[in-house]
Amino acid sequence: MKKKDIPQDDGALNKITREICYAVDESGNYTTALSTGWEVKARALDIAWEDIKERIEQARLKVLNKEASPLLFFLEWRLMDIGILSQYTGLWKWQIKRHLRPSVFDKLPEKILKRYAEAFNITLEELKTMQVNEG
Amino acid sequence: MRVEFEHLQAAHCENGVTTNLLKGVGANKLTEPLAFGIGSGLFFIYLPFLKINNGPAIAFRTQPGLIFKRTCKALGIPIVRKKFNSREEAQKVLDECLQSGKPVGCQVGVYYLTYFPKEYRFHFNAHNIIVFGKEGDRYLISDPVMETATSLSSYELERVRFAKGFLAPKGQLYYPKESKIVTDEQMRNGIRSGIKRNVRDMLYIPGSFAGVSGIRYTAKKIKKWKTKLGQHDAGLYLAQLVRMQEEIGTGGGGFRYIYGAFLQQAYQYHPVDTLPECSKLFTSAGDLWRSAAVQAAGIYKGRIGEQKDYDQMAEYLFEAADIEKKAFKALAKIKWKI
Repeated sequence: MKKKDIPQDDGALNKITREICYAVDESGNYTTALSTGWEVKARALDIAWEDIKERIEQARLKVLNKEASPLLFFLEWRLMDIGILSQYTGLWKWQIKRHLRPSVFDKLPEKILKRYAEAFNITLEELKTMQVNEG
Repeated sequence: MRVEFEHLQAAHCENGVTTNLLKGVGANKLTEPLAFGIGSGLFFIYLPFLKINNGPAIAFRTQPGLIFKRTCKALGIPIVRKKFNSREEAQKVLDECLQSGKPVGCQVGVYYLTYFPKEYRFHFNAHNIIVFGKEGDRYLISDPVMETATSLSSYELERVRFAKGFLAPKGQLYYPKESKIVTDEQMRNGIRSGIKRNVRDMLYIPGSFAGVSGIRYTAKKIKKWKTKLGQHDAGLYLAQLVRMQEEIGTGGGGFRYIYGAFLQQAYQYHPVDTLPECSKLFTSAGDLWRSAAVQAAGIYKGRIGEQKDYDQMAEYLFEAADIEKKAFKALAKIKWKI
């Protein structure tokens, strides 16, 4: 890539910093320059987030239809998988899988619910109601 | 309290942390490309059985931590590396280091890294930063991918040091144990062994998922994505590939350009014509990777999307693989005089 071809598009990162890029100058020597972003990258990130939002929405519907417990919603909302949640809560993966069933989740003791709320960084109330605003 | 330290921006976090920490203890001539090359940072691997964020797991660089480890070893600088079970202990050791005047490298997760924009905050745990001071409750942070230094509260720092999931940092910190003047001869030796190791990793690693053959393997996979996954999911996979390739920390042009820069700088230590020649090859490999990204973007934006467009994307990767293979074969043939 030539230095003059370093893209200067907008991107999410541009809110806080520009990035260093390595590129060659006119005489073919490597040098660095700052870039504000690249549209190709920005779009890739948008696609990833559109997919995440879609997953969150589907999880919300499943919870409302009693096909899953609120844990599914928060897993998607926090971009976690069961492995990560297991590490944050100290619960076994098979336990979490069980707790994804609404009938099991509804009977969970407060102690366990608190561990989930802590792992998702939300309150107990939010965990039960799925009412969250914070990003 | 603030220890003597100069924040310098880098294209990739581990290169940056390595360069900035080692510059302070005697490796005055170290640059980001040299650290990347001496640490044999260039790599490619497609992990077919692993999924990250519901997409393919692809890496364009060597395993996290290795660039720092190899560069320090090559330059004869002893390192201290610690992991912790206790959060209190992790903070105590960090504070003690700062008090004794040492900047400290920390492995962190980015999900709760508050100064990052939300869009960038995934559960990725192999980010590296340097802590170089503490004022009140705030730690002074040099994040190599940022233009300027920043800060985190002690709670925020603890949370990212103890992020969970794949590659969980477990509070890991690391720093050079002592200062040592690095000689030109050590630099020369480091460059030579770094190149040799990179030749081995890219050309002779067993299996078809990694090195140059891994790039060809990925290209063949991409050709099948349209029929196998359907238009929508294939787009997601391609977007993920581009993010892994061009995302923050690989700096736009990606690692191929940094390696090109490394070979040019290596020429100052080893006047062998193969080095600048191969540098040009890596520049064109980097350009092909970028063309592939543009092609992928055409597909996930929905502008193009026929089978021939996937084939074209694979074609760019086959070409990049051929060029990288040619370059590493040429590097393997160098008769090192010193």
